[in-house]
Amino acid sequence: MQNQDYIKDWVKIRNNRVFHCGSLLFENKEADLNKFLKCVYSELNLDYPKFHKMDGLSKLGILASEILFTSNSFSEETALIFSNKSSSLEADRQFQASTESFASPALFVYTLPNIVLGEISIKFNLKGENAFFVSEKFDTELITDYTSALLKEEKAPQAVCGWLNLQNDEYDVFLCLISSRGKTLFSEENLEHLYYFE
Amino acid sequence: MRHLYLLDDAIISPLGFTTSENLKAVRQGISGIQPYTFSGIKTYAGFISNKKIDAGFYEIAAPEKYTKLEKMLILAIQQVLDKNPGLDRASIPLILSTTKGNIDLLDNLGNFPKNRIYLGKLAQTLSDFFGFKQKPMVVSNACISGGLALSITKRLMITGKFKNAIVCAGDLLSNFVLTGFNSFQALSKNPCKPFSENRDGINLGEAATAILVSSEKPKTKSVSLIGEASANDANHISGPSKTGEGLFKSITSIVQKTGISPENIGFLSAHGTATLYNDEMETVAFDRAKLNTVPINSFKGIYGHTLGASALIESILSKYSLLNSELYATVNFDKTGVSKPLNITSEYAKKELSYVLKTASGFGGCNLALMFKKNLV
Repeated sequence: MQNQDYIKDWVKIRNNRVFHCGSLLFENKEADLNKFLKCVYSELNLDYPKFHKMDGLSKLGILASEILFTSNSFSEETALIFSNKSSSLEADRQFQASTESFASPALFVYTLPNIVLGEISIKFNLKGENAFFVSEKFDTELITDYTSALLKEEKAPQAVCGWLNLQNDEYDVFLCLISSRGKTLFSEENLEHLYYFE
Repeated sequence: MRHLYLLDDAIISPLGFTTSENLKAVRQGISGIQPYTFSGIKTYAGFISNKKIDAGFYEIAAPEKYTKLEKMLILAIQQVLDKNPGLDRASIPLILSTTKGNIDLLDNLGNFPKNRIYLGKLAQTLSDFFGFKQKPMVVSNACISGGLALSITKRLMITGKFKNAIVCAGDLLSNFVLTGFNSFQALSKNPCKPFSENRDGINLGEAATAILVSSEKPKTKSVSLIGEASANDANHISGPSKTGEGLFKSITSIVQKTGISPENIGFLSAHGTATLYNDEMETVAFDRAKLNTVPINSFKGIYGHTLGASALIESILSKYSLLNSELYATVNFDKTGVSKPLNITSEYAKKELSYVLKTASGFGGCNLALMFKKNLV
């Protein structure tokens, strides 16, 4: 398929490090996930009390999108196309554990993977298309095809797409801003290269 | 305008294990909802016994090798394949919609391997069972998932990589989800009453469904998806928007893009979960979109809320509504209990239809609108 969209910007959060467009933005040796996320929150000078009530998946999504959206202009029609392996399994286990004593509605609401898309939409006032896919590993073909189709059909002027996985406190975040302007052509190969090697 | 044609389908639900059994009950306004007790809590729910599933499954494969949800989905997909023996299993993709997949394994794995809890593994299990060669895709986007899977399939057709696809959807009635909705105080103790004055919450249900879709027009009278849009409320992760913003936006977007005005929409299959806030949110959105006189139905009184399966089952029923020129009743609806005038269907009726609108909304602030069209030969 002919493709004239570009990967304008990208963020990775992996192994206690936050990368922005390939360069290291922040590193912290904190072993506890929540403490690490709190450090990133402070580093980004965020003041968003709701953040502290979120589950880990939503926190990761908010932090990564904060970097993308403060570095780039964006429309409220920006589409969000995320994917992962573990769905909301981390939140599922936490809610399941809570049912032993008192089933927590505050935990239950996070037992869907697309809640992070809602949290990001609220924070940045995005009213566009959303889709959450689940696959055993990052399906760059599906994400490229679907994002390209949305942009080509003018369902969205730009999109944030990628991978956002969390399980057993192990996280892997790779989100890209796809736009009609940029240097890196948006293709399956380039998406894969950035995800695995950059 | 590109079309996604809706071809053969199957619905596995408490009403029956074929689409025709389901349609028969839907026409008669028969509900699959029964009294149901879990952890000492009384509600009503749509439940399918393992015994009934295994009786149907036994002819296909060994029941103990597959989870309940897998068996339900396999039974649905098998029927679609049986009706289409010429389908090339090497090239056809499988798109699965589910919110919680094999969630019942979370507290009781039984003899299944740990990885069976992953939605990707569930889809791969189905794919391997039928010998499909393409990577399966899973859509998990709360309660709009089943309809969103159709939208996504239509949009992916633009790549030209496939002409036909099987879209399937399923979710279980699990203690996990029952406990969760109960913690929200969203479960009704009675049969749910969509759009009614004394509605007091949802009934949950389980079901699976599958449908063959194609980008090529069939030679017989058909129904196609001609427009689709989704939008986020950007308002609250679990509370419906007071202005119905995302749903209104989804509807106006497809009305604009398809050029089908409210006067031409013959039937609207709403989400209608029967919670106070959801039904009111939909009402506000429908009123803003000037859909007040369109016959509107909710299937939740028949199936309960089947989560990731609901919007696909309701799309399939919308297809039959168009093909058979019929409107289905909103079971348990009595006295209107929403803030704007709406034309809620109270009984089965015959009506010539050209276009049907399907809408859905879900947690995370997601909303979806689909426009279906009847195509004559």
